[in-house]
Order: sequence, then C-alpha cells, then structure tokens
Amino acid sequence: MQAHPMPEFGSFALLLALTLSVYTLLAGAYSLWRPSVAAGPDTAGRLGETARRAGMSSFLAMSCAALALVWAAFTNDYSVSYILHHTNKALPGAYKFAALWSGQEGSLLLWALLLSAYGFVLRARHRVDVRLSAYASTILAGVQVFFLLLLNFAAPPFAIQPGPRALDGFGLNPLLQYPEMVMHPPMLYLGYVGFSVPFAFALGALMMRYPGEKWIHITRRWTMVTWLFLTVGIFLGAHWAYSVLGWGGYWGWDPVENASLMPWLTGTAFLHSVMMQEKRGMMKSWNVWLIFSTFMLTILGTLLTRSGIVSSVHAFAQSSIGDWFYGFLIIVFGICLFTFFKQRDHLKSENKLGSLVSRESSFLFNNLVLLAACFTVLWGTLFPVLSEYVTGSKVTVGAPFYNRVNIPVGLFLLFLTGIGPLLAWRSTSIRSIRKNFVLPSIAFFTMLIALLVFVDRPWNDGDDMQSMIFSLMTFSLAAGVITAISAEFLRGANVLRTQTGKSLAASIVLLIRRNTRRYGGYIVHFGIVVMFIGIAGGAFNQQKEQEMGYGDTLTIGGYRLVCQSFTQDSNANFDTEYALLDVYKGGKKITQLTPEKRFYHASETYATMVADRTTLQNDLYVIYEGKNPDTEKPIIKVFINPLIVWIWIGVAIVVFGTFVALVPNLTKAAMTSAPARIEREVPEAEVHHA
Amino acid sequence: MRKLFGSRLLQVAVLTCLMVIMLGASGATDPAARFNKLGHEMICTCSCGQILMECNHVGCPVSGPMIEELRNQMLVSGSTNTSILNWFAAKYGATVLASPIRGGFDNVAWIAPLLVFFLATIGTAVVVRVWKMRSTSTPLTASASSHPADQALRDRIRRETEY
Repeated sequence: MQAHPMPEFGSFALLLALTLSVYTLLAGAYSLWRPSVAAGPDTAGRLGETARRAGMSSFLAMSCAALALVWAAFTNDYSVSYILHHTNKALPGAYKFAALWSGQEGSLLLWALLLSAYGFVLRARHRVDVRLSAYASTILAGVQVFFLLLLNFAAPPFAIQPGPRALDGFGLNPLLQYPEMVMHPPMLYLGYVGFSVPFAFALGALMMRYPGEKWIHITRRWTMVTWLFLTVGIFLGAHWAYSVLGWGGYWGWDPVENASLMPWLTGTAFLHSVMMQEKRGMMKSWNVWLIFSTFMLTILGTLLTRSGIVSSVHAFAQSSIGDWFYGFLIIVFGICLFTFFKQRDHLKSENKLGSLVSRESSFLFNNLVLLAACFTVLWGTLFPVLSEYVTGSKVTVGAPFYNRVNIPVGLFLLFLTGIGPLLAWRSTSIRSIRKNFVLPSIAFFTMLIALLVFVDRPWNDGDDMQSMIFSLMTFSLAAGVITAISAEFLRGANVLRTQTGKSLAASIVLLIRRNTRRYGGYIVHFGIVVMFIGIAGGAFNQQKEQEMGYGDTLTIGGYRLVCQSFTQDSNANFDTEYALLDVYKGGKKITQLTPEKRFYHASETYATMVADRTTLQNDLYVIYEGKNPDTEKPIIKVFINPLIVWIWIGVAIVVFGTFVALVPNLTKAAMTSAPARIEREVPEAEVHHA
Repeated sequence: MRKLFGSRLLQVAVLTCLMVIMLGASGATDPAARFNKLGHEMICTCSCGQILMECNHVGCPVSGPMIEELRNQMLVSGSTNTSILNWFAAKYGATVLASPIRGGFDNVAWIAPLLVFFLATIGTAVVVRVWKMRSTSTPLTASASSHPADQALRDRIRRETEY
C-alpha cells in the first residue's frame, strides 16, 4: 500500500472543513432559533459564538486543502489524478499554481476556498450587527456545506490515480498557458462567490424581519466589491479570448461567457435599484428578489458549465455533479420563496412617485432594460435545449442572435445612462429638463451629422447596414452621455472654484472627494460609455487572409505587411512555427510582428499565439494559421479591429470609478455641510418637495 | 427654442446637411461584404463551435470546403441569402446556422425576448402610473419607513447620492 501524505492531508482538511461548516450551520441555526442570542452567558449566545469561530476555522482548513493541491502540483505528485491530468514537469511555476483552478475539481476547491474566505471576513466583522451577521453566517455556512459535500463525495480533488505512478503529467491545456489565465478565474470566482454574501444578508434580514434598510448599507460595499471583481473577471476573460483564441474577437456569446454575464446584469440592476430603497424606502420586495436571482444565477451558471446541458468549448466535461447543482438550486429557490411569502408583510413599502419624469422612473426602466438583457441571454442559452425538446432537432443560438436582440437593448441602456443622472428625485421640472438636456442633445446631433458626413452612411453598406446604424447611434449617444457627465462635473467644480479659489482640476478632485458615491458613479458611467465606443468600433472591422512566403506583401487598412522570414523552433514544453512580418504604414516601417503557432508536447494540442499591435485608433491583429501543405508557405490572417483598446480603457475607468465610490467622503464636516451647500448652490435638476 | 427652430436659416442649414449626407446613397451591395456576412451566419461543422469565417483551428478539414461551397452558392444565379442558408441547413442540418432562422418553432426564439420586453415595458409603465396616482392621493413623506433609526441613515444616503 503506497502512502500519499499530501493528498491524504488535503482530503483530511476538506473533511475537517465540512465538519466545521456543518457545525456552523447547525449550531448557528439552533442558536438563532432560540429566543435570545444576546451576548450574555446564556447557552444560545455561547453556542452562536462557537458556531462563528467554527466558521472562521473552516477557512483555515480550506486553505490547508488548497495548499496541499498546490504543493502536489509543484512537487509533480502524479499519484493525484487531478495533478496528472492538469500539469506536467515542464510547465512553468505560475501555471502549476493556476492548475488549482484549471479543472473541475480544482475550480470547485477554489470556489469553496473563496467562500470560506468571504465567510471569515464576514464573521470577523460581526460586530457591525451581531444578530444579522449570525443569520448571514449561518446561511453562508449552508452554501459552504453544499460545496464541501461536492468536494468530499462527488468531485474529490485528491482522488488517487490507480496503477503505478506516471513519470510525467498530461499537461495544462495550452489555451490556459497565458498570464491572464492566472488572474481571470480567481477574479471571476471572487465575483461569483462574493454575491453569496449580500444574498446571505438579504435572506437573513428577511428571516429575522430586520428593521429598516441598514442591511443594505452594511452590504453595499460587499456588493460593489463583488460586482467589481465580476466585472474585471469578465473582461479579463474577454481579453484572454481576444489575445489567445485567435479568431479576431473577444466575445462569442458562448454559454460559459453568458453564464458569467447574467449575474453581472442582475447585480448591476441591484446596485441601481437598491438606491431606491435606501433613499425612499421603495422596491423592497424587488430588491430582495434581485439579489436572490443574482445568487441563483451564479449557481445556474456553474450548473450550465458542468452539467453538459449546453454544449460549449469552455465547459467542463459532463459529469454527474450537475444533478447536485439542480438539487441545490431547487432548495435555494424553495427557501427564498418560502421566506419571502412568510415575511412579505415586512417588505411592504409606500411606493410613491412625485412625477412620471423622475429619477425613480429612470431606475425602474434601467432595471427593466438590464433584466430584459439578462432574460435574452438566458433564453438564448437555453433555447437549443427547448428546441430539441419540442421539435426533436438541435439548433444553434450564436452571436448573430444575441447581437440582433441585445444591441438595441444596449443602446436603450446607453440612453438611460445619459438621461438618468439628469433627472431629479421625485420630480423634474420642464425648465430643468430643458436646461440639462440642451447640451447633450446638441452633442448627440452634432456627432450624428458629423459621422454621416465624414465617416460612413449606412445605406451605402448594403448587407452591413444594420450594424452601421447601431454603431453610428452608439457613437452619437456616447457623445451626448459624455457631455452630460462632463457638464455635471463642471457645474459642481465651478461652484467649488468660486468658493475656494482653487483651479478647475483641483476643484474637480475636491468635488469627487466630498461626494465619492455620486461622482464615483458618474466615473463608472463614463467608463461604461467608453466601453460602448470600443464595442461599436466592431462595425468597421476588416480582415484579410493570404499565403505569405519570403518577401510577399499583404495590404490592409493603410498597413503593409512584408514577410521577412518564417521558421520553427522547439523547447521542452512546445514546438513552434512563426513568421517575421515587417509592418509599414505610410511607407515607413513601424514595427515587426511574429505571429506563431505552437504544438504542446504534453497535451499534444496546437495553440495560436496572436501578434497584436495596439493603438488608440485600431488593433493590427495577426494570426499564423499554419502552412499550406502544397506550397509550404505560411497562411497569415490579418484583422484591423478599430477602437478595441477603448474597451479595456473603459474597464480601467470603471474600476477606478468603483474604487472612488468605495472611498469614504473627505470629512465628516464635508459630508454634513459642504455637499449639501454645494447641492443647494449648484444649478441643476430642481427637486419638487411635496 | 421655437423661435430658433422657426428661423429660415436653420431650416436651410438642416436641409443642406441632409443633402450632403444623402449624396451617393446608392444602396449598393458589395459581394465581399455579403460573403463575409453569410460566413458569419454559419457555424463550422467540425464541432469547434466557431463561426465559419472565424474557425482558426489548425488543419480544420471542414471550414475550407464549406467556405468554398459558400463561394459557389453565391455564384448561382438568383440565389438569395435565405436560399443559400437553406441550402447549407439542408446539407449539414439546422445546427450549421448560427441563429434559428428556419421559421416555425425557430420564430419563438425571436418572439419571446421581444414579447417579454414589451410586456415588461407595459408593466413598468403601469407601475409608474400607479405610484404616481398613489402620491397624488396622499402627500409624499420624506421616508416610507416608520423606523426612527432609518431617518438619520437615509438623510446621510440622500446627502451622498443626491443629484
């Protein structure tokens, strides 16, 4: 009998984590069920405290399990089946570490680890509200128990490979051997798993009939940080797809991509509509269901990628754990529904509206649009299953469907991004509308006419007319929205400048620091608009494919590519074929690109290494497709992708804006007097108080 | 505002702009653009799951011949985009089409999102109207919640987010 100390240690750590989580769940639930959980020396209080500590300890156990798997990867312990199938000796260290989440069992382990880490923070900060935290901790323990049951009994990461120990592993999927793949899954999972926390707080607050909106205030930062992680995770994935997959795009509406987008859409809706509850005590039931749905969509997304219900190039191999997720999803939905109906009288709110033209209305429509987009994505993802069930024949629902349905929705959302902040709470006067909308409208029409005159006229594009129209509309709306946002900043900054005598730039900084939440939100909106500009550039894409022997030339979009040479190379990890291409623009050599095609020994698979030259105007995106077997010349495919870089710049602005919104306001004094004074003095949308 | 738009000068300016914009509006169809568009309406059938024109996996035995078939189909006189896509669907099965466009149950794929969006818009409009009527029947209060601890918190939030 061969000894496997590290895998056994990892398995024990997982079992211990499960035990601790079960204790946290049961002891926590019992202590809450008892009438009093005051911090006194009563049994329930002490029991609740032991539950809290057990929950915190489960993080330590999970860390040990994750460490054991990483250790096994670094020591090439091929007795562990997971390590055998996802690593090899020649794999660089960073990717051996990334192997922790490159397969089904490892990624579930990462999920549970992150959940326990979030739980640790939540339990450590329990003094924010002891009783509500106890509820949230217990609910979180329930989720943790589910994942640990999976890890211990359905998808054990420390399963031993039968037979003699292999000399080398099968290696990591070459597509995952890319720097962003070390960051993308953890970021995405931090977002996915993070939504468990606001979900736990919302469900806990409903269960205990928590008075008022304080739970929203407690979870605001949780939700924003989680949303930020998910945003960054999604776009890291998009950037990885763009840089690695080599088809010239960044988003293919694949079921796995869709699975990450759906909770982002509902989470975004929640972040907006929650303000209605904070400020006006409205939409309580709606908000509860939004966060419930967001959490359930994270579980559904995980189910979609692991059950084999939909086919995807990204999905994990079909396995029985899909059934576990079905069961868990049904249980979660049942608990949410039961709790909601039992406590729905607690969610009664006086939903009133001073005017049809108001911020409240814009929030409602914002939610409508985001949820419509979410439904479209979910519908498109599941329609092949439905079609097969109804008609017996399979269909494909790919990018053309999503683009046709979602682009108009996206344009409407962009429009709301612009007009929403211009409307006042409760009521917006005609005079205020006229004053606030003139500049953005002028910007919109000026941009539209300028584009039609100088850039492109959609009716000349024949088959591509629709995407041209959408693209021009996006640019025009973006101009309007950016003008509106800039005007808001300038208005406030000018008032501050007159008060303090500071420069305009310093006044803008001071303005932001005095009201981080408001102006951070504006910055996020600005980032979203910039991303839309980058996405709209796709309507002007060009591509060309050509055989390129020594000295051959390819011309596209103002660039001239000349093949200097093509050769091959080899190392322990892979063989490579690549071409050296000189790039000329305006008769002048600007760079040399080396697109390559690799063959990885361990996994016996090919991978494309894209050569990309990025400017603010466009990306020159070059792919080495392989050699023509007849001529032995490389086939080179070239894309001109306009404005792509603005997508990534937009994401960076969104990240910055979210950080700004998370930062507390400058001073207490500033919070209580200055912004209020500024808001009184800044000429903006008038609020009609009834 | 009315005075501004009523001015003859502005009307002339707008008309001139429109004339410049409409110059060269021929509605021509570029065969290369059509070929590219049709190639993006189909999926490579080698099980890579990629759009036909974007299939880039090495030595794909399927995408090349399919692209050649597309070229040939476009040369057939009287062929429309629909007839070409139908030809491919007949040969390779419905999964070759990147979106459900064969009519029948496929239409449900397109109708459902529009219907949901339409109904949700009506629902939202009704909700807004009901809330508006509510607030005209009873005066607006600063807070919907009666919990005293909420007022200070809500005041602070209002200060932090008031636009």
